[in-house]
Amino acid sequence: MNFLIEAFAWLADPTHWGGPNGIGVRLGEHLAYSVAGVALACVIAIPAGWWVGHSGRLRGLAVGISGGARALPTLGLVTLLGILFGIGLIGPMVAFVILALPSVLAGAYSGVEAADRQAVDGARASGMTEFQVLTKVEVPLGFPLLVGGIRSAFLQVIATATLAAYVGSGGLGRFLFLGLKTQDYAQMLAASLLVVALALVIDVTFAAIQRLTSPARFR
Amino acid sequence: MSPISRRRLGALTALAGLGVVAAGCSTGNPLAPSSAPATGKGSGATVVIGSQQYYSNEIIAELYAQALEASGFTVTRQYQIGQREIYLPELEAGKIDVIPEYSGNLLQYYDKKATATDAAQIATALGQALPKGLRALTAAAASDQDSYTVTKALADQYGLAAIADLTKAPQPVKIAANSEFATRPYGPAGVKTAYGVDLQLVPVEDSGGPLTLRALTDGTVQVADLYTADPSIAKNNLVILSDPKNLILPQNVTPIVSAKVDAKAAAAIEAVNSQLSVADLQQLNARSVDEQAKSADIASAWLKSKGLV
Repeated sequence: MNFLIEAFAWLADPTHWGGPNGIGVRLGEHLAYSVAGVALACVIAIPAGWWVGHSGRLRGLAVGISGGARALPTLGLVTLLGILFGIGLIGPMVAFVILALPSVLAGAYSGVEAADRQAVDGARASGMTEFQVLTKVEVPLGFPLLVGGIRSAFLQVIATATLAAYVGSGGLGRFLFLGLKTQDYAQMLAASLLVVALALVIDVTFAAIQRLTSPARFR
Repeated sequence: MSPISRRRLGALTALAGLGVVAAGCSTGNPLAPSSAPATGKGSGATVVIGSQQYYSNEIIAELYAQALEASGFTVTRQYQIGQREIYLPELEAGKIDVIPEYSGNLLQYYDKKATATDAAQIATALGQALPKGLRALTAAAASDQDSYTVTKALADQYGLAAIADLTKAPQPVKIAANSEFATRPYGPAGVKTAYGVDLQLVPVEDSGGPLTLRALTDGTVQVADLYTADPSIAKNNLVILSDPKNLILPQNVTPIVSAKVDAKAAAAIEAVNSQLSVADLQQLNARSVDEQAKSADIASAWLKSKGLV
């Protein structure tokens, strides 16, 4: 329990919050990295997932990618990309995108696939183009599943964004690594608690979005 | 190696030391196997050599092992034991007889308040700080320590030879090192006080590994904290800046031995140390990193080239 008390004491110390190396800045960086990583993954995975879900083509590939990519060890990836691109943000950012891709992709294609077949057939029978079927029927019906995919991607990236500090970038990982290497376990635990708190806030936010976007009968 | 088997080997060593011919008959230890010989094939006694969980340390241990074998001793190898907290108690307990150590850090392990800064002072202080029963043999010239390392191009461009010269390089000077570098006496604050150099730390957490090296060679940082025995220093034509005020504690390769190591064994180990320069250590390490060569092969080739075996 002592470490926990010391960790809270570390967090309560106002001198740890301000300045260029303070918690405020690091928390902001951490959130920014996570948002950027997930946003980039969405740009790639959502259109791809919708197309796969709508057309049914390359479904095996999408399932394979969304399963296999989850098994990639992110620290190894960060190191490899760091050696490739040099230290800084490019390596970790690519790793975060790869980490977020599977969940978003799965959410996108499974949402479209799960749209009620009768509704889709009805839309097609009433003369909608394929594009209209996708955008007016399948995507809205599958939206809660997509949000669920983004939600789980976000959680993973927030928990992993600590690795940005491994290659010289910021984020809450800076406190973790410094605590680890200097046996300052209170600081390490405090940083972990901050990551947990950030993840919880994001998760609650997404839970609300998911609920708001669900069709009325599922609420 | 499991704790039980190490204990068993320790028991064997103790038996050998006592000169007991038939193992197991004079002790009640049920773990002592009756088939194992109590004394080795060599004419001398059995010496147990340990090493840290660090490839370079294992190579040094193997150098000592083969030198001892050439002098007629029987050697038991117990490599990759882990860190100081684990192997030093074993050494103090007499289960290991020889381990290659690094002078500065070892001194600090036994004496947190140590003030010695240069290699000679450290060697003297270490002699006093070591626990009863252990002694340090003469240290090698080779030192595996932190360093302020720059590229040859930068060194030539601004005439950098010592750490203090970094004031001549364009500011701010960035250094890639682990995050704990910020808290070390030889970190940015220490360098500011001793040499008046302003440093900006770029934390890269791979302990002078490939990421740190890449940051240095691609110019993201101007300085990197690399270990002086790192073969990449020679391979990339890097320049280690001198540290005349000994801000960075020297880490000369120092064999720590138990009372079982007699004058003849000590002489064999010290003969190896007298030939071991930092360039030698870099070359030995390079063979492990580049060729994935085994420590035994690396050691025997080096010892032959120096005429030690």
